[in-house]
Amino acid sequence: MSATGTGERLLDIRGLKTHFKTDDGWVHAVDGVDIALDAGETLGVVGESGCGKTITAMSTLKLIPMPPGRIVAGQILWRGRDIVPLTSDEMRSIRAKEIAIVFQEPMTSLNPVYTVGDQIGEVIRQHEGLNKKQTLDRTIEMLRLVHIPNPERRVNDYPHQFSGGMRQRVMIAMALSCNPKLLIADEPTTALDVTIQAQILELLAEMKSKLGMAVMLITHAMGVVAETCQRVVVMYAGKVVEEAPVRELFRNPRHPYTQGLIRSIPRIDLAAVKKTRLEAIGGVVPRLIDPAPGCRFAARCRFAKGICSEATPELREVAPGHKVACVLA
Amino acid sequence: MSQYLLRRLLIALPSLLGISVVLFTILALAPGDPFEELATNPAIPPEVREALRVKFGLDDPVWTRYFRWLTAMLQGDWGFSFASRVDVDELILGRVPTTLIVIGSSQLLALLVALPVGVIAATRPYSIFDQIANTLAFIGFSLPTFFTGLLLILVFSIYLDWLPFVYRADVPGSGWPWLWEHIKQAIMPVLVLGLFQGASMTRYVRSATLDVIRLDYVTTARSKGLRERVVIVKHVVRNSLIPVVTLVALQMPAVFGGAIVTEQIFRVPGIGSLLISAILANDTPVIMGVTFVFAILVILFNLIADVLYGWLDPRISYR
Ligand SMILES: Nc1ncnc2c1ncn2[C@@H]1O[C@H](COP(=O)(O)OP(=O)(O)OP(=O)(O)O)[C@@H](O)[C@H]1O
Ligand code: SF4
Ligand SMILES: [Mg+2]
Repeated sequence: MSATGTGERLLDIRGLKTHFKTDDGWVHAVDGVDIALDAGETLGVVGESGCGKTITAMSTLKLIPMPPGRIVAGQILWRGRDIVPLTSDEMRSIRAKEIAIVFQEPMTSLNPVYTVGDQIGEVIRQHEGLNKKQTLDRTIEMLRLVHIPNPERRVNDYPHQFSGGMRQRVMIAMALSCNPKLLIADEPTTALDVTIQAQILELLAEMKSKLGMAVMLITHAMGVVAETCQRVVVMYAGKVVEEAPVRELFRNPRHPYTQGLIRSIPRIDLAAVKKTRLEAIGGVVPRLIDPAPGCRFAARCRFAKGICSEATPELREVAPGHKVACVLA
Repeated sequence: MSQYLLRRLLIALPSLLGISVVLFTILALAPGDPFEELATNPAIPPEVREALRVKFGLDDPVWTRYFRWLTAMLQGDWGFSFASRVDVDELILGRVPTTLIVIGSSQLLALLVALPVGVIAATRPYSIFDQIANTLAFIGFSLPTFFTGLLLILVFSIYLDWLPFVYRADVPGSGWPWLWEHIKQAIMPVLVLGLFQGASMTRYVRSATLDVIRLDYVTTARSKGLRERVVIVKHVVRNSLIPVVTLVALQMPAVFGGAIVTEQIFRVPGIGSLLISAILANDTPVIMGVTFVFAILVILFNLIADVLYGWLDPRISYR
């Protein structure tokens, strides 16, 4: 249990497995993930491209296209209630109202044929039962909150009239408009200019301090994690390999993969704003189609031994709040 | 938006002018003219024939004749039909409504079939519904209209004797029975044209919808907790209609071409069958008039498509 949040356990993902059917077999995109999050907490999820961060986030909102996707095992407890068995229709009252998400690509995440006011107002009307006038007022208020100049005029503009950074602000306004308890930000700055990235991260921090929601921040950048998160989950090839409070993780990384990640930072002081892609570690991610048993990092691990490829190492608590999946730890 | 429309209109006028030049030149170069019959008729002396040719200016250079035709046409004088002995504009105007009714209702039918079927098929790709819809669409646009037309006539007019197989513009009577007669005779041509159009349109709608449905903003819409129906109708269909409108507009000339054949099969007294009989009679002013009206209609439908396009996609009218 982490002591960093303000109490209530909001999200508890247990043994989640989300697989995709392809012509070559089942892709084990997420293959046994445990993530817990308390109210008010900021959790970082890191890992290199393709390790299953987005699929984990999308599974949490049940936004995985099925088929080809399928949640084959595990539970996703949202405030104590398992949402895996819920139908898409039953999920509607949770989406945006309790768990909201901001995607990586602000340029394509807004519908080009409706005004931003329409798209934000749509969420508000859906969940808050306000009339037209009240919805408009709330929309303008949200745009002002995320520092969009001239919100009264801008509500009537279309997405193509906004820059990338401004669109991401619109996305954030939309996500926060129903006061969700959890905001999932899936690499919200990766697609943006360097200077804009810092502004968006700043905005997220400001929103968090104003509205107090929990945040799950998915990112490539270890520097961003160090600055903004209280706890970090490190993912590798569909699995969680390490989890710890942020200071503990940076001081005392136990998993060889995490160690590699952290070793790849120091040269870049601008890590917070630069895309610190985590490919600094040699070798490639293993196939996710019908993966072999054993530690998935073995092929790239300096410390790999015989037993590493016999059975998959379990995620074990090695110190308070610090969990590692490695035979060495 | 109004500026955008104005621009479109200004482009339409020169296109019409260009089309009329091409049409006129081709018709002028084509062998045969309405006086050919007179030439072989021994009862008419050569001097009379010559005088007639001069009177109608048939031997002037092409461009002189073109400008004569253009100025007359702009003043509402579309020429005289040698074969039917009426003014061309009168002849055409009398037949345009029939063609418009048949084509209009068949396009409407096509849309009513293609939209829901295409969208539902795209939301459940490779399902049974999708596969049946795909197969039917494939059959639908593989069968030529003259074949399905004759088949329908055979079944419903000759075998079952439910529907008339000759279309009459002047149905006697009034009120409901009159309307019913009209509907009854329009059913088969509208069905043939509409389903043919609907088949290819269904495929457009399906593929356009499939393209849109996996875009990021659709996932965004779902993440907002909207009803699936709202996600599909509001966020998907409006966007997938944009390419469909373009395709349908591009297809308009083919639609009119198909209408000519269908009018011929069901003896619909529209401008399509008028064109065929005018060609057979070498009635140049009527041929010119009808083809020009077809050109106007095609350009008109393109204008409508442009309006729809601008309405569907705000990025267009802002440009
Ligand atoms: N529809 C799908 N069909 C098959 N495989 C899929 C599908 N969607 C995702 N995957 C696979 O799932 C894996 C995890 O993808 P995911 O998008 O979660 O990665 P990520 O950690 O978010 O990466 P990035 O940092 O690039 O966003 C990838 O290897 C991807 O190939
Ligand atoms: S389990 Fe073995 S291969 Fe895997 S990270 Fe630990 S030491 Fe390396
Ligand atoms: Mg991702």
